[in-house]
Amino acid sequence: MTLHSAKIGQPVSRIDGLAKVTGQARYAAEPHPAGMLYGFIVNSPIARGRIEAIRDEAARAVPGVVEIMTHLNRPHSALFEKSYMDGLSVPGSPYRPLHDAEISFNGQPVAVVLAETFEAAREAAMLLEVDYERWPHNADFEASLHQKYMPGKTRSNYVPPKSRGNAAEAYALSPIKVEGRYHLAPEHHNPMEMHATTVLAEDDGSFTVWDKTQGPQAVQAYLTSALSLSKDQIRVRNPYVGGAFGSGLRAQHNVFLAALGAKMLKRSVRITLTRPQMFTHVFRPEAVMDIALGAQPDGTLQSMIVDGVTDTSRFEHNMENLVIWGLINYKCPNATADYKVAPRDTYTSSDMRAPGAATGVNLFEMAIDEMAYACNMDPLAFRLHNYSDIDAMHDMPLTSKALKEAMHEGAERFGWYNRPMAPKTMRDGKELIGWGMATGIWDAMFSPTSARATLTADGRLHIATAASDIGTGTYTILAQTASETFGIPIEMIDIELGDSTLPECPTEGGSWTAASAGAAVWLACQSLREKLFKAVGKSGNISAWLTEGLSNKTTVLKDGFLQDKGADENLRLSLSEALSLTGQEKLEVEETAKPGLRGTISQMRKARFTHSAVFCEVRVDEELGIVRVTRLVNAVAAGRIMNPKTAASQVRGAMVMATGMALHEESLMDERVGRFMNHNFAEYHIPAHADIPDMEVLFVEEKDREVSPLGVKGVGEIGMCGTAAAIANAIFHATGQRHRSLPITPGS
Amino acid sequence: MRQFSYSRPDTLDTACHTPDHTRFLAGGTNLIDLMKSDVERPEHVVDLSALSMSQIEERPDGGLRLGALATNADTAAHPLVTERYPLLASAILAGASPQIRNRATNGANLNQRTRCHYFYDPDMACNKRSPGTGCSAKGGRNRIMAILGTSDACIATFPSDMCVALAALNATVNLTGPEGERTVPMRDYHRLPEDTPWQDNILRAGEIVTSIDLPSISFGPHHTYLKIRDRLSFAFAIVSVATGLQMENNTIRKACIAMGGVGTKPWCVPEAEALLEGKAPSPSLFRDAAECLLQGAVTDRDNAAKLKLAPRVIIRALSQASAGTPQSQTQKTIF
Ligand SMILES: Cc1cc2nc3c(=O)[nH]c(=O)nc-3n(C[C@H](O)[C@H](O)[C@H](O)COP(=O)(O)OP(=O)(O)OC[C@H]3O[C@@H](n4cnc5c(N)ncnc54)[C@H](O)[C@@H]3O)c2cc1C
Ligand code: SF4
Repeated sequence: MTLHSAKIGQPVSRIDGLAKVTGQARYAAEPHPAGMLYGFIVNSPIARGRIEAIRDEAARAVPGVVEIMTHLNRPHSALFEKSYMDGLSVPGSPYRPLHDAEISFNGQPVAVVLAETFEAAREAAMLLEVDYERWPHNADFEASLHQKYMPGKTRSNYVPPKSRGNAAEAYALSPIKVEGRYHLAPEHHNPMEMHATTVLAEDDGSFTVWDKTQGPQAVQAYLTSALSLSKDQIRVRNPYVGGAFGSGLRAQHNVFLAALGAKMLKRSVRITLTRPQMFTHVFRPEAVMDIALGAQPDGTLQSMIVDGVTDTSRFEHNMENLVIWGLINYKCPNATADYKVAPRDTYTSSDMRAPGAATGVNLFEMAIDEMAYACNMDPLAFRLHNYSDIDAMHDMPLTSKALKEAMHEGAERFGWYNRPMAPKTMRDGKELIGWGMATGIWDAMFSPTSARATLTADGRLHIATAASDIGTGTYTILAQTASETFGIPIEMIDIELGDSTLPECPTEGGSWTAASAGAAVWLACQSLREKLFKAVGKSGNISAWLTEGLSNKTTVLKDGFLQDKGADENLRLSLSEALSLTGQEKLEVEETAKPGLRGTISQMRKARFTHSAVFCEVRVDEELGIVRVTRLVNAVAAGRIMNPKTAASQVRGAMVMATGMALHEESLMDERVGRFMNHNFAEYHIPAHADIPDMEVLFVEEKDREVSPLGVKGVGEIGMCGTAAAIANAIFHATGQRHRSLPITPGS
Repeated sequence: MRQFSYSRPDTLDTACHTPDHTRFLAGGTNLIDLMKSDVERPEHVVDLSALSMSQIEERPDGGLRLGALATNADTAAHPLVTERYPLLASAILAGASPQIRNRATNGANLNQRTRCHYFYDPDMACNKRSPGTGCSAKGGRNRIMAILGTSDACIATFPSDMCVALAALNATVNLTGPEGERTVPMRDYHRLPEDTPWQDNILRAGEIVTSIDLPSISFGPHHTYLKIRDRLSFAFAIVSVATGLQMENNTIRKACIAMGGVGTKPWCVPEAEALLEGKAPSPSLFRDAAECLLQGAVTDRDNAAKLKLAPRVIIRALSQASAGTPQSQTQKTIF
């Protein structure tokens, strides 16, 4: 076998790929502890009211049914106390599954059947009869807009919009105006893997919990406080996650209910949601944005007024950074924005891939396109004309912004410069052809993260951190980082992730894992190498070349061997030999990467974002309302790219999702009952292969020493931002018709 | 899914002498889904797979017999089908996905249930699923529901693509039941919901579809199956049209046309066919045909788009057929 030392920046294939395609990778619903019970959730068919009676004789009579857990018989939990808040929640009062008889959303769990087999649990769930008293509710978004409000306490990551100049006056005086209401339908995350939890009840009263989550330590904290257990009594594992897109940020009710059932019966329990049940919890909120733009005839933006609303539940205030993006990204002397939430009797909406920006950037970029046309200017030229080199909302410098380069490289690759300005001028047979573009922006975040590096007697390097690989390629980029930093072939590295007992790592989300966990691994590997060199140096009986090299600092670690810089290959020492010289069984370090490391700059002094420029070609059969996306080019400026292969695949995946946002995905709320009705994959349409063209992703060079220790910004979400707008703008260019509500479906 | 008994008889006679509350199982792509969702609650499941009904063979009259258990995939790929009934092959390929077509069978395609959201959700009132409970789709999220053949009791579409082509082709359906055999024209097989929407078709208790006969008819290249849906593949029709025209010196000698996605059954209007016959193809003729086909259409809260699109799809399909340029099911451009 040839061994490979990988470098950061190489297109290494996923190191966990084989485990995944051969079924070796274990997911949350896969452990099979002896004596495990299957839980099946029964959901409320009403949106508001209370349970009057539960008749469970028929359900209990199903052979194999062990217990039916409801608010009447469930054990007590600290989570039921009024003062309880989980660390991950948004302001408000979190929903407490099986707390009492009150119903506050359609689909709310009212009972969990626990049985020896899945089939028995499901059948009993179908036989359970629950009587409800119905109270009036509102699940209609339009109607909820009349009750919109600003929560008294905001989410910790909420960025309040900041006004500049006098937007209203400047708008009134602007010779060119664009004004409209833009809308996005609600969407569900729908990862391939359904939400599931397997709770293993251990003999000593502790629990090992396999959960589909983006943050094992967050779920551990949630369960320890909910069940009043100590930290060492709950271990949460999620080594593999079949996609999540944000649905695994907060602990979902399946986690709590499985743990509560295990506590009640002192047995292992598994709960898996069905696809229809995936529509009973989190979703991307429905949104409206009223946008008014004013400009001079030469295309200089004079005023931006953005007024946005997203929905939330009655019990929690979910908030998004919806309205700020245009104010940050465009130079314009007068700007103001306002944001509110509108309450409905549904479950709380939640973060979904690029929360806030996926909606806010795309809708704003559709308005910008309208303004470019109102000024009779090419949409790319219009954006360049109003380009801001700083965070224009906070009047703060940026660590980097290679958006201009992205615009040019993307335009060049796409062939944008040959575009006729007038809409409805390109045609091929019955199809109209349109070219549209938009820009994207998303946060480049960094969070303190720890990692452990261990060298073992067999000469292998073990890396451990409680990060989650939600399908993004985290295993692979961390192995590359370790291989380059430590100087060891990638085949000699083991990466351990997805376990709450490992060194601390924040919940995966916001595209910060690559930058943060990458930095922690980098730091740990540096420090392990130093520790090794020191220990070897002290061990006494080493060859002269090594003694000399260590004291002259010419010894290096390369391809898994200690050797002298430039010296001949025979004089080298393997890692296992080196370790045995030290007389130790293993060497281990743990390090924490924090902001400020390696000259990175405080977020208070410089703002940091990832940018992109997306170009799209559509073909539209105007008569039949059929839109085909035939080309997509996305030029991304995201700092240093750790692995162009996994990074491009992240961007492409988001572009597929954004194509769904533009053309297909929509959860249809029946406001009469408060339920999303198209709750299956036959009727909730995500793009099929036929809907997706060849997509090109370009990474624009962007050296940024200030944003994070490795110069990395993260690429998990940027592909969402701009792509949907580029498609909508291309449809305008093809047909001359503006659509201000997404998705744009046949006949709309 | 509730408890049920299972049997796999090896004669047709045993299979059709079944107790009440029986469902026949073929490929299972529809029945099993509905049982898991607690929509279908059979007490007995009778698996038809041991019966030899998967033949595809020529008939003495020059037509073709399609066995009820032949899969949709095998049917669409069969040389006799692709040569003589490309319209049928095209309609089958416009439906579902390759994986589903590999399992799905011809006889069951006729007997698949509606995709109405409310039918699929046992928490919601639905006359088709639970007689007498009401129709939640009326006034609800009914963008996918029917505009033709609806009643106060039900507005659900019959979702098949294959059956639209079969109706256009004037196929006949062969049945065997406890009282013997009978043959029913495809156009009469499905029923309008009226006030008994739980009866999708004329099948009697214990009756089994054994085969489908295609008459000897050829349109040369003058046919098409044009399907408009919410994504370019793997979605049920919003509007679809199957049509075959026999052309002679730029005159339509015989016209066959049926619609999917808009009706509570595959939608045929003989007057529209008669109106086309003996005339030269022209946009205004096609417009008249569309008007005739859509007579009596009624829209509800969300499905007005179907009425807007339907005439355009009819006109386009008729232009494709008259020009002899049938719609490809792999190239997504619509000519
Ligand atoms: C995700 C999805 C997408 C789909 N998309 C499309 C589409 O776009 N277009 C389309 O046309 N179809 C589509 N289908 C439907 C598919 O074509 C049908 O499910 C299939 O034809 C049913 O065949 P089966 O053999 O699997 O039926 P089964 O599920 O076995 O049976 C279906 C019904 O027919 C009855 N039945 C079966 N055989 C007989 C018989 N010989 N005589 C009497 N009754 C019988 C059964 O009792 C049952 O009620 C889709 C299905 C799925 C799941
Ligand atoms: S349209 Fe028919 S199938 Fe749908 S809810 Fe009404 S009765 Fe049921």
